Amino acid sequence: MAYSEKVIDHYQNPKNVGTLDKASKNVGTGLVGAPECGDVMRLQIEVNPENGMITDAKFKTFGCGSAIASSSLATEWLKGKSVDEALKIDNMTIVEELNLPPVKIHCSVLAEDAIKAAINDYREKNGMEKIKFEESVIH
Amino acid sequence: MLKLPIYLDNNATTPMDLRVLEAMTPYFMQHFGNAASRNHPFGWAAEEAVDYAREQVAKLIGADPKEIIFTSGATEADNLALKGVFEMYASKGNHIITVTTEHKAVLDTCKHIEKQGGEVTYLEVNNEGLIDLSALEAAIKPSTILIAVMYANNEIGTVMPIREISQIARKNGVLLFTDATQAVGKIPVDVNKDGIDLMAFTAHKMYGPKGVGALYVRRKNPRVKVTAQMDGGGHERGMRSGTLNVTGIVGFGKACELCMQEMEADAKRISVLRDKLQTALMQIEEAYVNGSQEHRLPHVANISFKHVEGEGLLMGFNKNIALSSGSACTSASLEPSYVLKALGLGDDLAHSSLRFGLSRFTTEEEIDYTIKAITDTVLKLREMSPLWEMYKEGIDLNTIEWAGH
Repeated sequence: MAYSEKVIDHYQNPKNVGTLDKASKNVGTGLVGAPECGDVMRLQIEVNPENGMITDAKFKTFGCGSAIASSSLATEWLKGKSVDEALKIDNMTIVEELNLPPVKIHCSVLAEDAIKAAINDYREKNGMEKIKFEESVIH
Repeated sequence: MLKLPIYLDNNATTPMDLRVLEAMTPYFMQHFGNAASRNHPFGWAAEEAVDYAREQVAKLIGADPKEIIFTSGATEADNLALKGVFEMYASKGNHIITVTTEHKAVLDTCKHIEKQGGEVTYLEVNNEGLIDLSALEAAIKPSTILIAVMYANNEIGTVMPIREISQIARKNGVLLFTDATQAVGKIPVDVNKDGIDLMAFTAHKMYGPKGVGALYVRRKNPRVKVTAQMDGGGHERGMRSGTLNVTGIVGFGKACELCMQEMEADAKRISVLRDKLQTALMQIEEAYVNGSQEHRLPHVANISFKHVEGEGLLMGFNKNIALSSGSACTSASLEPSYVLKALGLGDDLAHSSLRFGLSRFTTEEEIDYTIKAITDTVLKLREMSPLWEMYKEGIDLNTIEWAGH
């Protein structure tokens, strides 16, 4: 299977690998996937509580190149967005940007789920109600 | 000089030896005859070449040339052995005993036989990939006609105790079939000393061409017969119809002859390189060798690197090193290796495995390069792995409720 150049680039030079302080009130953490499935993604956002803007995003991913690339791309897109805008990131946009083949679509779904989970973690920490998302189709 | 890419996927297929190619060349155009053409020199030349190759092949496994049935490869030989025995010995019984870690060519054929009214017992293996001989003996019943156990496993290289298995088969009057695809040409295999009744093997795993293999079918003590699975001209003593692949067979014969001469020295040299590779990679934290290290092919090592995913790992160097992984992502099935799971490995370790298969042509320089590339990639990916971070923080990953798929 040949990877797209963008996937290879993100794999070789991943953006925003790292860890934010999980205990901080301004940090939301999303941990999705399972070791048994061969994919685990942890995506974290740091939010400015004044204006709801995402000031930083970090990830760590256990998975194939496409999973690593999807999460790397997601963190790039998250930075500088408001939390509300971040909710609009759709897995298919990731698929298109990275040219993922059909067998790798679940990697993008995981990235979308990780974003949502991180946002909900942030909301919960700050006394907001969790948003109910529809179950992802591909699971 | 180190030449990239490096090929370490020799359990999938081996490169051909130049000497094999040279033996084959005249049979493409000059001696192109049909070995079944009995009445002209073109046919005679082809027949003579096939006869000679049959001797070379037989000699490597200690068989009589008449006991070699040429096929298109090991998959066909597996099919012919299993289905052929099932049909031929139908009046005697319908029960076959095999093992969960067999190649798909055996397992799927057994599934087919079950649909045809056969009964199949799948023996489990222990964490080294070996079967329990007493469980084998206990599984035999009056309707058992065949025991099918591979000689050596394609993913982990574990070598089964074929002689002991044969003794059990003999004692109970059951035939023994072994898929020896990975073993023949790599370690000594002798159908008489080992007590094998049927055996599948193929040229392209031992530096020969693809598209040609053989089924050994015992002719004496006992005389074994299989029902043909293809109808036609009655070639190969009626067991396998179809014009013989003369060129391929010539190459197969030459490959066997070379293995006969060089196998011992090859195995010695390759196992030193394999051990060097394994020892170096085991210096990495949380690395595990899969399968038996005592009963193992000399050129194989299967190693899991915990908390890194196999396909992601391969991507770090697969432009320069050809390897395969037990990770689901590298196969179409989305399931990690069933062989590794049969050893009792968790899915996480099965997803994290790499299979190394060295060859006659592997050099120490290549192994040194591979050690460095893999070590670097594992360390890099662990820096990126949330599981590794949790492990390092002392979190028991089993206590986490994963939002699984």
